[in-house]
Amino acid sequence: MNTTTALTLIDIHKSFGETRALKGVSIEVKEGEIVAILGPSGCGKSTLLQIVAGIEKPDQGSLLWKGNPLENTPPHLRGFGLMFQDYALFPHMNVFDNIAFGLRMSAMEKKDIDQQVEKTLNLVGLADFKIRNVNTLSGGEGQRVALARALVTQPRLLMLDEPLGSVDRTLRELLMSEIRQLLRHMHQTVLYVTHDQEEAFAIADRVVLMRAGEVEQIGTPQEIYSRPASLFVARFLGLTNLLPGEIRRTNGEYVIKTAIGDLPVSEQTTGLVTLLIRPDAVNLDSQGKCVILGKVIETTFRGSLCRTILALGEVSLTFDLPCRPSLPEIGQTVQLSFDPAESLLVFPREN
Amino acid sequence: MNASNLRKVLLLAALWLAPLSFLCVFFFYPLGSIFQLSFARAESGLSQPFMEAFTSESVRRVMWFTIWQATLSTLLTLAIGLPGAYLFARYEFRGKALLQALSGIPFVMPTLVVAVAFNALLGPRGWINLATMELFDLQAPPIKFTNTITAILVAHVFYNLTIVLRLVGDFWSHLDPRLTQAARTLGANRWQAFLHITLPLLAPAIASAALLVFIFDFTSFGVILVLGGPRFATLEVEIYYQTISLFNLPLAAVLSILQLSCTLVLTIVYTRLSARVSRPITLRARQYTQKRLISRQTRIFAAIMIALLLTLLTLPLIALATRSVVRLDPGRGQQSLESPGLTFDFYRELSVNRRSSLFYVPPITAIAISLGYAGATVLLALTLGMPAAWALARDAHALPNRALDPILMLPLGTSAVTLGLGFIVALNRPPIDLRASPLLIPIAHTLVAFPFVVRSLTPSLRSIQPRLRQAASVLGASPGEVLRFIDLPLIGRALLVAATFAFTISLGEFGATALIARPEYPTIPLVIYRFISQPGAINYGQALALSTILMILAAGGMLAIERFRIAEVGEF
Repeated sequence: MNTTTALTLIDIHKSFGETRALKGVSIEVKEGEIVAILGPSGCGKSTLLQIVAGIEKPDQGSLLWKGNPLENTPPHLRGFGLMFQDYALFPHMNVFDNIAFGLRMSAMEKKDIDQQVEKTLNLVGLADFKIRNVNTLSGGEGQRVALARALVTQPRLLMLDEPLGSVDRTLRELLMSEIRQLLRHMHQTVLYVTHDQEEAFAIADRVVLMRAGEVEQIGTPQEIYSRPASLFVARFLGLTNLLPGEIRRTNGEYVIKTAIGDLPVSEQTTGLVTLLIRPDAVNLDSQGKCVILGKVIETTFRGSLCRTILALGEVSLTFDLPCRPSLPEIGQTVQLSFDPAESLLVFPREN
Repeated sequence: MNASNLRKVLLLAALWLAPLSFLCVFFFYPLGSIFQLSFARAESGLSQPFMEAFTSESVRRVMWFTIWQATLSTLLTLAIGLPGAYLFARYEFRGKALLQALSGIPFVMPTLVVAVAFNALLGPRGWINLATMELFDLQAPPIKFTNTITAILVAHVFYNLTIVLRLVGDFWSHLDPRLTQAARTLGANRWQAFLHITLPLLAPAIASAALLVFIFDFTSFGVILVLGGPRFATLEVEIYYQTISLFNLPLAAVLSILQLSCTLVLTIVYTRLSARVSRPITLRARQYTQKRLISRQTRIFAAIMIALLLTLLTLPLIALATRSVVRLDPGRGQQSLESPGLTFDFYRELSVNRRSSLFYVPPITAIAISLGYAGATVLLALTLGMPAAWALARDAHALPNRALDPILMLPLGTSAVTLGLGFIVALNRPPIDLRASPLLIPIAHTLVAFPFVVRSLTPSLRSIQPRLRQAASVLGASPGEVLRFIDLPLIGRALLVAATFAFTISLGEFGATALIARPEYPTIPLVIYRFISQPGAINYGQALALSTILMILAAGGMLAIERFRIAEVGEF
């Protein structure tokens, strides 16, 4: 992969009146890389896109493209494409005119415009939609037109703001893989904003996880999933087996004391912490280093896995267990084992 | 036709019965009589009276002036209104709600009040002339404002600015700003984005606002009569002169028909356009479209616009109110009663019959008469407007509704003076002789108020979706409770708005009233007109005082409308 840095954001701040939308965000995007900005709604991710697009100005911080400052370049000269949430298709133009708009602004020859639009329509699979009224398009079609409109000008950077936010689940899966293939194929540099981790993980090379205007963690999807940098990230990813605990040193070994017993940890510090037990890294046997016993209180069939809630004394924990050979029965006591190095994560205790 | 369809049609017919009969008797029958009258002298063919009018030098001059001043007024209104609409639509600032409420006040101001207010500000005895005379020790007022075309144009802008601010501003404020942003990221500069995206999307709103403003300017009456003076006559004023002063009813009728055909065409185009404005294009809630004034440029722009709007919208009214409580050096040849200073004499004078004229009515009586007429108008307009609005709200696509909706709007496009003329021609003789009936004026006012009443009621009636009623009944509400807790609270506010419209329109109506009111029962605007047409500081002062009272009544009404308006995008 090409490793030239394309976009650099350094310490971007932005406030709207009293609301501080961005509190010092720094991100790098390499050429040809797909970076997803992931976070709950209101974390500042859309504001960040608007700043990169030039629609909003940052209060502080710098914005570079291949090392050159962008602050004084107005949006129409940045050569970035932005696909808006809910698409923002021009309602008074048909599909063709929507897609041709950017080319017309660059004063391209009419026959070249026709050719380019045609090509892009084929690319997104809408060859027959040229003269359709955009107000009559379905969610998926509108999404493709918006994508085509953003792509046709061959932007240096393509930004997508919740592109799959308003399409239903089945279509979403389909479009997700379509978009990924298309962007990879074009070797397009992309900033992809979403609140959906599944989407971010599926599409991005790297993920920037944001919280309340700050970057919480940057990494590949695998890195983020296996090593969440904070309790917030863990919770955001749906990892909810969290237990208060205290690490103590006994006989040279570090052990964490929790409501479900003492467990060995690899951390070399002592004190109050929150323990995370990964729901997927456990086995229904007694082969692992640690073994726990729990009573099944609820099971949910999820296809290949079975989400099981176990009661361990006062505490209830959720695990994804294999459904075979048979679903655990409610009321049954099961034995789970795991390897602490793989399944346990320790975070500083929150106040 | 099956039974349920039949029932639906019968219900619609029943709802339409009263409003339609009313329109037939008091709108179409008088109009028909005007039509008949205009052919009265048609000895050689039906087109003869019209050809005569067209070839007449003076009529052509009146026609030309009417169109010219309306066009110019409309362009000026747009020139100030569009930047104002942009400010309201795209920015959030302190005092915005107040400024918006203020901008609505001129619209409900009776024309006579507007005319007198501008007189109090810029007239020969107005503040600005008095101040400059005092400052530079001049003998004559230096600024000539009344009886000039400038006065007419400024008053028209004052009057109709709110139409542009509301219609275009409302539409603009819901226009998704991301459309322009999308155009910007696709390589359009600011100007290109405005030209290719914003302007085409706003076009129907701008066009329909411009048309409405044009219609109002085209049929303008009180402003031209009082501020324009005898030199300027629009068609409307000419019809009045021909009827009242020259008693040339056939020519008045011909002119009415001419004017009516113009306004009808414009009204039809307007109705078409406003239907397009309500076309669902990506509209966004306001909180997504508005920004604070952050950059220097936007702040300067906002400051200039706010100052301009405040000056234009409030200064004349403030001048009127203050001028009405200040006694100055008496004008030429007037005896000074007291020394200059603050005084309520003009108000006290209102209840004194100084001249023992036969037709003289103490202004205080005129206030009572006006309030009585306004009350009757409210009752009549609501009684007739409710069923019509209900019918329209039930099924907008039913054939009778589609046909009747534009007909309801016809009175809006018919000038008040034409209505008055129609009453004089048609209702003064059997079969319907209402010459002496005190109901004549409320009936005329109801016709003027009718479109406003129906249009304020329809949206809220329509907003009561069957689902709301269903939800209520599923939650255990009996039909009676549904009516009480769902329908009435939702319509209640709209009823108040409609009633206030009818009330303020009736209070300020001048054109029709000027033609049909009996001299012994004048309304407030008529008395103001009498005072202002007579010389002397006391008469002028009383005109100021009465205008101020009317202004307060009308402003109160407008604020009530603002307070109770539900729909963000009204149907006007």
